[in-house]
Amino acid sequence: MLRACLRGANATARNNFGKTRLTNLQHCRHYTAGETSGGGAAKVVAAGLVTVGGGIGGTILYAKWDNKFRAAVENNVPYSDWLLGLALGPPSPKSGLPIKKQEYKDCHEHQDTSVTAAVHPDTESPTATEPLKERPVEEVAAILAQQDQEEQDIATCSLEESLTSSAKATLQAIGAQEAALQAITRHTLKLKEAMEAEVPPQEKSAQWKDLEAALADRTGAVNDAETALSKANEALDSLKSVIDKSKGLKVSAVRPLVLAAEENLHNMVVDLDKVVTKVHSAESEAKIVSQYSELVNEAKQQFQREVSSLTPEIQANWKGLTGKLSSDDLNALIAHAHRRIDQLNRELAEQRVREQIHIDAALEQQKLEDQKALEKAVSTALQHIKEEARLEQERKLSELREVMEAEMRTQLRRQAAAHTDHVRDVLKVQEQELRVDAEQVLSSKMLEQETRYRQLSQEQLDNFTLDMNTAYARLKGMEEAIDSHVVAEEEARKAHQLWLSVEALNYTLKTANADIPTVPLEGAAQAVRDSCHDSDFALALSSALPEESLHRGVYSEASLRARFNSLRSLARRVALIDESHNSLYQYFLSYLQAALLFEEKQEAPPAQLCSEDLDPFKLLSYASYCLEHGDLELAAKLVNQLRGEARRVVEDWLTEARLTLETRQVVSLLSAYANAVGLGTTQAP
Amino acid sequence: MSEKELGKKWDRCLADSAIKLGTGLGLGIVFSVLFFKRHTWPISFGSGVGLGMAYANCQNDLRSHYLQHRRQSVFI
Repeated sequence: MLRACLRGANATARNNFGKTRLTNLQHCRHYTAGETSGGGAAKVVAAGLVTVGGGIGGTILYAKWDNKFRAAVENNVPYSDWLLGLALGPPSPKSGLPIKKQEYKDCHEHQDTSVTAAVHPDTESPTATEPLKERPVEEVAAILAQQDQEEQDIATCSLEESLTSSAKATLQAIGAQEAALQAITRHTLKLKEAMEAEVPPQEKSAQWKDLEAALADRTGAVNDAETALSKANEALDSLKSVIDKSKGLKVSAVRPLVLAAEENLHNMVVDLDKVVTKVHSAESEAKIVSQYSELVNEAKQQFQREVSSLTPEIQANWKGLTGKLSSDDLNALIAHAHRRIDQLNRELAEQRVREQIHIDAALEQQKLEDQKALEKAVSTALQHIKEEARLEQERKLSELREVMEAEMRTQLRRQAAAHTDHVRDVLKVQEQELRVDAEQVLSSKMLEQETRYRQLSQEQLDNFTLDMNTAYARLKGMEEAIDSHVVAEEEARKAHQLWLSVEALNYTLKTANADIPTVPLEGAAQAVRDSCHDSDFALALSSALPEESLHRGVYSEASLRARFNSLRSLARRVALIDESHNSLYQYFLSYLQAALLFEEKQEAPPAQLCSEDLDPFKLLSYASYCLEHGDLELAAKLVNQLRGEARRVVEDWLTEARLTLETRQVVSLLSAYANAVGLGTTQAP
Repeated sequence: MSEKELGKKWDRCLADSAIKLGTGLGLGIVFSVLFFKRHTWPISFGSGVGLGMAYANCQNDLRSHYLQHRRQSVFI
């Protein structure tokens, strides 16, 4: 596997190396061919530059088209705002500050067009602030207020301008009209004078000159008045338009100004109209006078012509003919005059006849004119009254609005007061709640701290108690050790005593002689009992000593052995007797059996007795054997197997044997116990 | 001493049988002499009675332990 891996590695290495060699060769080829490499690098550089330039250009174009994108680019890319500002100029709806400066400049320059142009971006800017919702409300409100202020300023400026201009124009017009009026009246007066006055010819020519001058004046004044009037009308129209525009602006502070401007306008219009009517009346009067003068001139000319027709050499102005006329001429003239007087009388009679008609016609004409004038006057008066009423209404409206505003302000103030009260109450409640919460938190924290403190103190206490307990326990342990030592010594003493008493008991067992039981074990047993108060076992054992042994003593083993030997023959003799076989005949047979049967004196008993071994003779021989070998217990067990009369016969012996065995067992147990206790109490070195 | 009991029983038995036999014999003799004209049958009868009674007594005495039909304190 390693070789396979190596082979694989080698193959891949060879392949790579081969490839690199190829590429190296290619590169070498390229390096050797110099122009192609340079061209390649130049191409790469050119492509890079084109891409970058295209990217930047595209960004600039798109920023020009989409301002949001421009803003995003300016926010994210540093120095892009410089570049974009350089390429496209400042961003248009970005802020109101440059516009405000522009507006103030225009305001100071008093140019309507710039103001209107400023108003446009102004109206645009409030709309522009609405989509830019990133700006905070206060800023927007401030900007709006600023814009309102600007608008107001603009409006006031424009109003003031137009007012001043229109006032000027109106004043001018009124002045011009007055001048015209004066000129007209002067002219009329002059004309009248010229018509009626009997003045010497030099003065007449001077008068005529004056008249002409006055006429020229009048025409000039009338023209001036007309131009002034037109100018004033223009100014008033512009003022009206400005007022309308400022009415269109929803800035409330401008309204009183607007109202005042309107009133001024109305007054100006009224004055202008009055003056114009005066001028018109003067003009009409002048017209009458001029008509009269014309008529007179015409008559004069007619007369002149007549006179000239009659006397062609007479000069034009017949009033100057004082000394040049001859008597013929005078006669002709008188005749002509008589003729003329006749004619005139005829005309007068005719005129008197037609007077009524003429008067009617004139009246009609006058009526018509009066009607027209009335209508005109009525219309103007109506307009004026309408205007006044409207102004009054507006004034009342503004007053009412003020009142309403005041009331609203009071209501708002009341509401604000109520709100403050409510807020105060809410704040109080909140304060309470917060206080409660804080108190709760405080109490909980305090509780926590207290519990912690208590815990710590408890821990300390516990530790202390633990230490104390351990120390106390150790002390106790030591005390106990000492006590136990004492106790152990006591125990040892007691054990010794017990042992001694048990040894004494043991010794008493040995005091049995042949056929004489031991001394009563009472004393020794009592001694044993005395020396083992605390040991229940020993007490139990000592109380387990059979009564007989205590009071009478026990037989020794030797005596039991001897007795058994004598018993044996008896047991042999009654071997056949039991419950069912107990007649005398059976007795005879049993005796016969005993006489005739011979068994071994001693026979070793097997480990297990089978049914054959339960034969009395066998049992007796086993028991003898056991007795001979000192095994009283086994002998007793074997003897216990006897049945019938034999059993009855050996009953006492068995009892004695049991007694002895019991006593010996108890004593041996006691001694073993005493030994054990003694051993237990002995302390190892 | 239970082993001595048997001996005691035998002693009693023998004594009793002797007495019974003797008494029976004597009575037989007496009766035979007195009443039955010195036939031997009353003697044999009397001795037989005496023997029988002695036998029965002895047997009874020997098997008295096994009978136990009434509580008896001690047998002499």
